[in-house]
Amino acid sequence: MKKVLTKNFDIPDSHTLKVARANGAYASLDKLFKMKPEDVIEEVKKSGLRGRGGAGFSTGMKWGFIPKNTDKPVYLVVNSDESEPGTFKDRAILEKDPHLLIEGIIIAARAINSRTVYVYFRGEYYRQWERFFGALKEAKDAGLIGNDLQIHTHRGAGAYICGEETALLNSIEGWRGWPRIRPPFPAIAGLFGCPTIVNNVETLASLPFIMNEGAAAYAAMGTEKSKGTKLISVCGHVKKPGVYEIELGLPIAKFLVEYAGGTIEERPLKAVIPGGSSVPVLTAAEALGGCLSYEACEKAGTMLGSGGMIVIDESACVVRCLADIAKFYHHESCGQCTPCREGCGWIKKICDRIEAGDGRDGDLELMLSIADNMQGKTICVFADALAMPVKSFVTKFRSDFEEHMRLGRCPK
Amino acid sequence: MAFSLTKERQVEAEDVLKRYPTKRAALLPVLWLVQEQTGYVPAEAVEFAAKFLDITTTEVWGVVTFYTMFNRKPIGRHHIQICTNLCCKLKGADWLLGYVKEKLSIKVGETTRDKKFQLSTVECLGSCGTAPMMQIDNDYYENLDAEKVDKIISQLK
Repeated sequence: MKKVLTKNFDIPDSHTLKVARANGAYASLDKLFKMKPEDVIEEVKKSGLRGRGGAGFSTGMKWGFIPKNTDKPVYLVVNSDESEPGTFKDRAILEKDPHLLIEGIIIAARAINSRTVYVYFRGEYYRQWERFFGALKEAKDAGLIGNDLQIHTHRGAGAYICGEETALLNSIEGWRGWPRIRPPFPAIAGLFGCPTIVNNVETLASLPFIMNEGAAAYAAMGTEKSKGTKLISVCGHVKKPGVYEIELGLPIAKFLVEYAGGTIEERPLKAVIPGGSSVPVLTAAEALGGCLSYEACEKAGTMLGSGGMIVIDESACVVRCLADIAKFYHHESCGQCTPCREGCGWIKKICDRIEAGDGRDGDLELMLSIADNMQGKTICVFADALAMPVKSFVTKFRSDFEEHMRLGRCPK
Repeated sequence: MAFSLTKERQVEAEDVLKRYPTKRAALLPVLWLVQEQTGYVPAEAVEFAAKFLDITTTEVWGVVTFYTMFNRKPIGRHHIQICTNLCCKLKGADWLLGYVKEKLSIKVGETTRDKKFQLSTVECLGSCGTAPMMQIDNDYYENLDAEKVDKIISQLK
């Protein structure tokens, strides 16, 4: 595997322009400006790169949705609102190689003919914003960013939902971070009503490699439907939590041992959430038989999502885990759609009472029914992001929930 | 009394307007300037922001109350925020919260008597691999144990 994203991570002062340039930063720009924008889009399509924010949609195809010959400005918006529980990979890029992101931004802006870029940071990432801002200034002063390209930063202020692309656009425009009804899709009418592409940090940071080495070199890595490499941030009960770059298709069992160092004190594995708290949980057996690719995760009934892997061993109570997940979604629901606003709260209450030993007959069916009434019935997929964990936890670990009911307390 | 930004911040606010095609889009940056200056967003500042951006105070309130990082009343000098999301809980967030509560003799949402510390719990801060953790003001403190917490808190002025 060739390192696409982490090649400079271990070099001291890799965030400074001097060190970054000595290690290849901005090398792709000469080639970029000799290419026509449509050829850049074509190259990225050929690479097979899929959006790394969670949805996994083809990046080149997304760019292709921008109307040709529009008389409106085209905006590129960078999603640095990383907030999905278990996910801390964009942070690593922002801290260790901000110039890789800036180079990716220049490439994407050229491809979609954008002259104005907004980089949206979650409010809590203050130091990461500072680091990016410093790198941006260095790159501007060195003349690496042309006068025809304006890159602005915009800080959020604490709202998970702003990672949803249309909520993010509303947040930049000075509104509450409420997701928008689609259509129209942002590529047609996004920021300030103009054609807009929203790309994740990791997606953009993958572009310099594709430009330098070519789409074929990128597509040579990975699997049929999951090309290239991906950052996996692993946390929970593992010996070596952290951010690792893997070639897509890697077996989860191999990842857990070779990268994450195995479980703490070799305790038996209970469950793995492979792609951030929003995706269906896998039992230990399912996880150990699975692989880290979009299609393998789909086959296992879950999603690769953001690549935020949460590892849970036998020492944890899965009911409490689901209650903590529900607490998050209850706290973060934007409140716009009734099934989500009310459903998240109901799920949390029911989970809490089961965990406290006060579960009632029919509570599990009630949770599943609420999840059904949330999923697919709202403006954005936030409601699904709680419904899917609920369904998978309750179905796959039913006996753990029932034991709480039988004992009238948490067994752990 | 009417709210005003310091001269320096007012210049920055005017500058922010140039980044966007609409005035309203400068709302979050302007609210950040307000909070940087006063530590919270007072009602007078809401009036100020509305006037400055040609929008209604109701719209500004709608935004101020939506985003959790805007404080609506004065808080302690140092804002300690402990992540109690699933990933941190798997690695001892409950212990950390209990330890800090006891150490400062305050509950979540309270300020110490000397106004030095404010304690909050927060959801995922993107520090899951270095849990348990807390954010104090703009900085993350990670992989915490009792010794580290004692040292960090004693060093804050």
